[in-house]
Amino acid sequence: MSACGRLLRSAARSCRALAAFTSSRRPLRTSPSGRAFAKELFLGRIEKEAVFPFPEVSQDEFDEISQFVGPVEKFFSEEVDSRRIDLEGKIPNETLEKLKSLGLFGMQVPEEYGGLGLSNTMYARMGEIIGLDASIAVTLAAHQAIGLKGIILVGSEEQKAKYLPRLASGEHVAAFCLTEPASGSDAASIQTRATLSDDKKHFILNGSKVWITNGGLANIFTVFAKTKVDEADGSSKDKITAFIVERDFGGVTNGKPEDKLGIRGSNTCEVHFDNTQVPVENVLGEVGGGFKVAVNILNSGRFSMGSTVAGMLKKIIEMTAEYACTRKQFNKPLSEFGLIQEKFALMAQKAYVMESMAYLTAGMLDQPGFPDCSMEAAVVKVFSSEAAWQCVSEALQILGGSGYMRDYPYERMLRDSRILLIFEGTNEILRMYVALTGLQHAGRLLTARVKELKHGNVATIMETISRRLWDTLGRNVDMGLTGKLGAVHPSMADSAVKLEENVYYFGRTVETLLIRFGKTIVEEQMVLKRVANILINLYAMTAVLSRASRSIRSGLCNHDHEVLLANTFCTEAYYQNLLALSQLDKYSPENVDEQIKKLSRQILEKRAYICAHPLDRTS
Amino acid sequence: MAELRALVAVKRVIDFAVKIRVKPDKTGVVTDGVKHSMNPFCEIAVEEAVRLKEKKLVKEVVAVSCGPTQCQETIRTALAMGADRGIHVEVPAAEADRLGPLQVARVLAKLAEKEKVDLVLLGKQAIDDDCNQTGQMTAGLLDWPQGTFASQLTVEGDKLKVEREIDGGLETLRLKLPAVVTTDLRLNEPRYATLPNIMKAKKKKIEVIKAGDLGVDLTSKISVVSVEDPPQRTAGVKVETTEDLVAKLKEIGRI
Repeated sequence: MSACGRLLRSAARSCRALAAFTSSRRPLRTSPSGRAFAKELFLGRIEKEAVFPFPEVSQDEFDEISQFVGPVEKFFSEEVDSRRIDLEGKIPNETLEKLKSLGLFGMQVPEEYGGLGLSNTMYARMGEIIGLDASIAVTLAAHQAIGLKGIILVGSEEQKAKYLPRLASGEHVAAFCLTEPASGSDAASIQTRATLSDDKKHFILNGSKVWITNGGLANIFTVFAKTKVDEADGSSKDKITAFIVERDFGGVTNGKPEDKLGIRGSNTCEVHFDNTQVPVENVLGEVGGGFKVAVNILNSGRFSMGSTVAGMLKKIIEMTAEYACTRKQFNKPLSEFGLIQEKFALMAQKAYVMESMAYLTAGMLDQPGFPDCSMEAAVVKVFSSEAAWQCVSEALQILGGSGYMRDYPYERMLRDSRILLIFEGTNEILRMYVALTGLQHAGRLLTARVKELKHGNVATIMETISRRLWDTLGRNVDMGLTGKLGAVHPSMADSAVKLEENVYYFGRTVETLLIRFGKTIVEEQMVLKRVANILINLYAMTAVLSRASRSIRSGLCNHDHEVLLANTFCTEAYYQNLLALSQLDKYSPENVDEQIKKLSRQILEKRAYICAHPLDRTS
Repeated sequence: MAELRALVAVKRVIDFAVKIRVKPDKTGVVTDGVKHSMNPFCEIAVEEAVRLKEKKLVKEVVAVSCGPTQCQETIRTALAMGADRGIHVEVPAAEADRLGPLQVARVLAKLAEKEKVDLVLLGKQAIDDDCNQTGQMTAGLLDWPQGTFASQLTVEGDKLKVEREIDGGLETLRLKLPAVVTTDLRLNEPRYATLPNIMKAKKKKIEVIKAGDLGVDLTSKISVVSVEDPPQRTAGVKVETTEDLVAKLKEIGRI
């Protein structure tokens, strides 16, 4: 069968390309995988059990969360003066002390070490309140979500017992030191060095770190440095190691606070290590295993940005709604004009989506067995940071000229939210991470299938051909989300069908991309961007459908509104996905990537705008 | 004399920051889904009791609340602030609407005797009904001395010196224990229930009992006829001179 032969030959070619691709990627997953939801989407599969029903907390935990929320909300509304914090560029000491006594410096430190031992879900809930002041939120996050997290995740019992209690009470503040002037996104290229002393009892640490939050306040630093590691074959390589460094070790200095656009109350500065002596007992994790530690730490805290931003957006909606309903122009309140109404629907939708995604991810993370939700967490981060920037800008717009004035909080919130797209992994990097991790996962399975084709496995061949045939004839997709036993409530059956359709075609497209590009897909950032955007939409659609289904089935108030939000979002996301999917086709007319690359080459060659001036003449 | 025992009564009310809305059928205000918290004056009472305990003048602080199951949240807040244990006098939601100062005072009086306390502390009034009666009625039923609107409290042996805020200024009383004290705004500034304390409070006991167990009759001789919004504020009028002002006032019959 010559058709088969052609298929096998092309399959063989792509199989070799794939094999090279999958083996060349550095494995980014560093813990045992649990229910891999996002990854399976790349194979066109919806792992229903991972996301339906929407996670619930036990009654005990719910009561506890309700108890915690009251005092913290009260504190933030009565004693936190965000305007003053922004103007003075610092958080007043009394405020910091109160935050410490409230217990907010050790939320995720286990109880036996003096912390609150909050689950990820509870931590996300607290984030909604703390996010009301961005500088405080960032200070607390830098201290516990990344600064001391390494000790909780990979610290030895001695390290935990020694450091955690005073970090939990806030007596000591922590900072996370990875970034250097020449190493931001490319974290693996850091230059800070730790050399083993002659007596092998200390590492001597030398180097400079930049943009370290809490750098000026902290006494405990999680520092990443290159160490020489002896390999089994006798050679030695430079690998990153994580260290717990105390300011008291000597040689630790910090620069003056950076003058930032936003989150001006949080302390950001350079931290220098000059022959700092770090005892070998302070190695965090294994020598040479620092990169994994860094990735794990960053992945573990990321999802909470979703709930933090949602908390802020909910407040903004209240503030701007007050204004829109009372301010009149042309004899009507602003709330009666379509363009204003649109903005409220947008803000509510974005808030709903990021809330749903954040708590869905938190619920997955709270499952036993340390599930790997790093992709889902990255999706939450990208979505919420961009939604924050967009929605705060729209909120400012609703207030018009007043929104632009410093008397109102909107300009401060806009400045504060800009950083969200940059830190904790830039959105560009995270999109690449999400796309590549998923493609790698799909690629591995595809390699297996292509191998079977090569070996002439008749069943596989027939299955592949018939599937291709069905696709061209148009097929009805059913993944169990709709129908009598469907996971999604019937009122959203339409949206569920759209999701299933998107997922199916996404799986097909992923396969096509892998076969078309093979290893070189790593270079195709614009392709990867679309893949990531589709995935973000798919996860978002799943989260809202899961949450709204639960809301209806539980009979929560205003569940009709939730259904409307969910359906509206799913419709918009569906069409966005269709566009992106069609742009990923080989000869797609909507795809102007090649032209974009050419344009940017011409601009960057001359490092300027190269068009002749509109008024120029030839003589 | 560190053998004193204190009973603090706390009430769960709609949070002071919430915008109140009257129910369309005018039988009351909307409480469903609305944020509730401890009455601010009750917070001051709990704070005072805990401070006395910290000064080792009081040995045990018992927090009590009457009402439906949600009252337990309020008792838990009191425990988180430092009370030692709680008593929830359970009243089903339907009956709870008809609980007034007299009924609560009867309960508190019985409890004060049962628990053999030396001091009953309450807020001067609740911000939902503004009755300002419960403390006074409790003292009456127990035949104990009372110090209401307390802005300062000092224990002197078996006596209590209470400084009260009254319309004319400040009045200082000396009461013989056991006594009832209701707290006013300037008595103290309540502490935040810190999260670690809330967690410790989970281990403290809350005893649930019924009014019947205390032999208290909760029937009320008062019923609410209607609840209405205050009249809408109408616009004012601006005048240019004092003569105009006098003329206008005469016009509307105000002078």
